[in-house]
Amino acid sequence: MNTRLIQDSEVEQRVFEAIQFITFNLDPNIKPILDKAYLNEQDPLAKDVLTSIITNIGLAKTNLIPLCQDTGTLVVFAELGNRVLIEGKTLEQAINKALARATETCYLRATVLSDPLFNRVNLGTNLPAIVHTKIVEGSELHLHIAQKGGGAENMSRLKMFNPSACPQDIIDYVVETVSLAGSKACPPLIVGVGIGGNFEQCALLAKKALFVDIYANHPDPSYRDMEKDMLIAINETKIGAQGMGGNLTALAVHIMTAPCHIASLPVAVNLQCHSHRHLAITI
Amino acid sequence: MKEHYINLPLNANDIEQLSVGDKVYLSGEVFTARDVAHARLDALLRDNMALPFELQDICLFYCGPSPTPEGKICGAIGPTTSARMDRFTPLLIEHGLRVMIGKGDRSEEVTQSIRAHHAVYLVCIGGASALLNQSVVSRETFLWDDLGTEAIIRLVVKDLPAYVSVV
Repeated sequence: MNTRLIQDSEVEQRVFEAIQFITFNLDPNIKPILDKAYLNEQDPLAKDVLTSIITNIGLAKTNLIPLCQDTGTLVVFAELGNRVLIEGKTLEQAINKALARATETCYLRATVLSDPLFNRVNLGTNLPAIVHTKIVEGSELHLHIAQKGGGAENMSRLKMFNPSACPQDIIDYVVETVSLAGSKACPPLIVGVGIGGNFEQCALLAKKALFVDIYANHPDPSYRDMEKDMLIAINETKIGAQGMGGNLTALAVHIMTAPCHIASLPVAVNLQCHSHRHLAITI
Repeated sequence: MKEHYINLPLNANDIEQLSVGDKVYLSGEVFTARDVAHARLDALLRDNMALPFELQDICLFYCGPSPTPEGKICGAIGPTTSARMDRFTPLLIEHGLRVMIGKGDRSEEVTQSIRAHHAVYLVCIGGASALLNQSVVSRETFLWDDLGTEAIIRLVVKDLPAYVSVV
């Protein structure tokens, strides 16, 4: 079995470039959905809000001003091939080095505090990135890199359901989460739903679900129908873009599932604002 | 949708003209304040200490800008969730604050306080920071530089777009 060497400097440079890109460039799949919603929207206030959100996408890219002032925490899903050896620093060290550099040179907002409760000091570096690493077969390093803002994250929820809960209970919980979030989570949203696993795996599934292709569906038709039902029910709340009413409260709902304990049925709902900044790279 | 072009500070007469859902374009001086700055303002009021500004003359913007890139006036600006400031807001309103800009709903207590004192709560669009950036004429740290992005920052704006949420 041949080992493939990747220099830590290459990882750092590629991650840096990805952060730089997502700071100013939205997921390209979002704008066509917003454009369509704008054309179909009748409410003048909702139309006005959508116009601003759409205009912002072009301005951020042209003027090199971040899409959102909350440049967020950096979340990285890494899939490290089992034949890859990163030479020099560790993967996380390389990612953090890239983040520190991007914070300075891309003028990211210093948003991360060193301690959550007793010593909420802002060291100005945005470190550390939150990195989830999985070892997979192969000779490549896949990184999915995202800037996650605080507003939508704050309105996310997790509930340990009884296994006797029915699908409608879960749909209601997801819709309730979006309703409670209202405009605080900056809709139109992408809604990631984790079902199954245990407490922490369920939350991770919900997070991962945010970063699948926006048009992707769950492979199982039962869950696929649930995604559709959830999206319809969420948009029927008429919370609308920025809570100003209208037909577009969510852009997509994605469910991810995992096997779970006989006694458990965990459900996590992770919300993503319309400023959906993420990029997948392969080294 | 009714539109108003308004110079800050807003007086009682300006506020009387506003209805929920109206769009406003604000020009003048706004001061940013987030969680920690609110806690410090609250502590000053409770200790009967002087505030750094006259509350009745100012507009508070719940905002933490991103750093100013070289050669630009300001970085990205936009509202943060106002509800986090709710616990501090009634006291500030009692001491004269009349204009707040943020995002999202306020508590029942804050809503009642806003109405009782003829104040106004405006919302800006979140995640439209490059758009809002265009309205900034000047930016300077005003107080509590140690807080970084959470410092009180004085922004002078021209036609900053917002919507009336509570009046």
